[in-house]
Amino acid sequence: MIKEQKAIDRNNPVISIRGLQKAFGSLHILRGVNLDVYKGENLVVLGRSGTGKSVLIKIISGLLLPDAGQVNVLGQEVAELPSRELMELRLKVGFSFQNSALYDSMTVRQNLEFPLVRNSRNLKRSQINDEVESVLDAVGLLQTIEQMPSELSGGQRKRIGIARTLILRPEIMLYDEPTAGLDPITCIEINNLINEVQEKYKTTAIIITHDLTCAKETGDRIAMLLDGQFAIQGTFDEVFASDDLRVQSFYNYNFTE
Amino acid sequence: MDPNSDNPNIQPTKYIVSKKMDDLFFTVYEIYQFILRFFKEVFIPPYEFKEIIHQCYEVGYKSLPLISLTGFITGVVFTNQSRPSLANFGATSWLPSLISIAIVRALAPLVTALIAAGKVGSNMGAELGSMKVTEQIDAMEVSATNPFKYLVVSRILATTFMIPLLVMYTAFVALMGAYLSVHSNEQTSFAMFFSQVFDSLSFLDLFSTSFKSTVFGFTIGVVGCYCGYNSTKGTEGVGKAANSAVVAAMFLIFVEEIVIVAIVNAFR
Repeated sequence: MIKEQKAIDRNNPVISIRGLQKAFGSLHILRGVNLDVYKGENLVVLGRSGTGKSVLIKIISGLLLPDAGQVNVLGQEVAELPSRELMELRLKVGFSFQNSALYDSMTVRQNLEFPLVRNSRNLKRSQINDEVESVLDAVGLLQTIEQMPSELSGGQRKRIGIARTLILRPEIMLYDEPTAGLDPITCIEINNLINEVQEKYKTTAIIITHDLTCAKETGDRIAMLLDGQFAIQGTFDEVFASDDLRVQSFYNYNFTE
Repeated sequence: MDPNSDNPNIQPTKYIVSKKMDDLFFTVYEIYQFILRFFKEVFIPPYEFKEIIHQCYEVGYKSLPLISLTGFITGVVFTNQSRPSLANFGATSWLPSLISIAIVRALAPLVTALIAAGKVGSNMGAELGSMKVTEQIDAMEVSATNPFKYLVVSRILATTFMIPLLVMYTAFVALMGAYLSVHSNEQTSFAMFFSQVFDSLSFLDLFSTSFKSTVFGFTIGVVGCYCGYNSTKGTEGVGKAANSAVVAAMFLIFVEEIVIVAIVNAFR
């Protein structure tokens, strides 16, 4: 099912990237990326493994520095921000990791409390408990609150990872391969969750994936990263109606495998 | 055509001396930056008191059984090994003095530091290395938490505070082991034994041991955290981080021992 199109204000990008370049040693990953992400939309970045999709969102969140170009998030140049301002920006930009990155020595409750306690030091214990239970309920995993990450399934870990991000009420969500390594049913659940998060928390999101079903179900707009640049952008149908052989082969590979 | 020819940031790799030497100097520079960052972060709030106490418990309390055993054995064995040499000169009455100087000046700090390097250093290297490769450190960073302060500063402070305490404890346990050996062979009383022990120790001995232990603790913390925090290459990197933390910390402990002993002897 293709996602229903929403009215999105295309005048005010919350993320604006111009001429972004990034290399690792002699490997040139991003070669002048230009991208705008608008408030309230889910942008899916599609591309093969190793094309720099994850690098792109790590630069947006300030985990990596660009070699050249501008990355403007919520009106601030990420690469030029001093650490204190970068910390404040990160409160507004949630990051859901490919492997969930849950703190494996902590319970689910402690995982969720961790960012909250450190960033809202005046909260009372009852308020912290309420917040934790509220986001766990939103991802449908309230019953796992006292479990350790090692006791959870892959899909549950993904959901808890998203819940840990949501607890800071971010304006922007960055999802790194949200459906990677999951069975088809769990993939559908995660796709639905991404859409629910967008509706309930009014987030803007970049979803990194090479899963076309995920792209179709969650994306308001698709951007295809090929050879270090966005080759084509548009709705799912617009992108895959393209004559570009690289786009066609990506589509055919996904749906004929 | 070179696929990277359009990137002005990519230059051909040039080495100043050779790759290995350049890497070595680069690592030394990185450790220097790591230590500078520690001293910068340690004074800036927020302070992670809860985590510091938790790490002190991990480093100190959880090392007690191993430290007790090794300290006791060190005291007994050193006494038993020293006795025949002194007996040749009819000087076994000097055993308490000899033992106290050896234990307090050298054995207790070294034994404790080496055991802590093995137990605590490897644990820190593996734990932080594992967190690094599973992106848990990145997850802390993106949730607006300073992972360096939470993970590194707390651990370095814990080893710096706890190793001197463990050294004192080891010295006490080793002296108790030595006393049991001396008492069973020479029938020396407890009061007499410890009277001789304290008579032969000077303020400089106690000060240099405390200072040395603090330096050892700081070294174990810095090396363990540096190796773990900068580990790469997945699970192989975690193993390497744990191994490097132990080897590098032990090597540095011996180097520091030589340097500090030379400096202290200049003041005797």
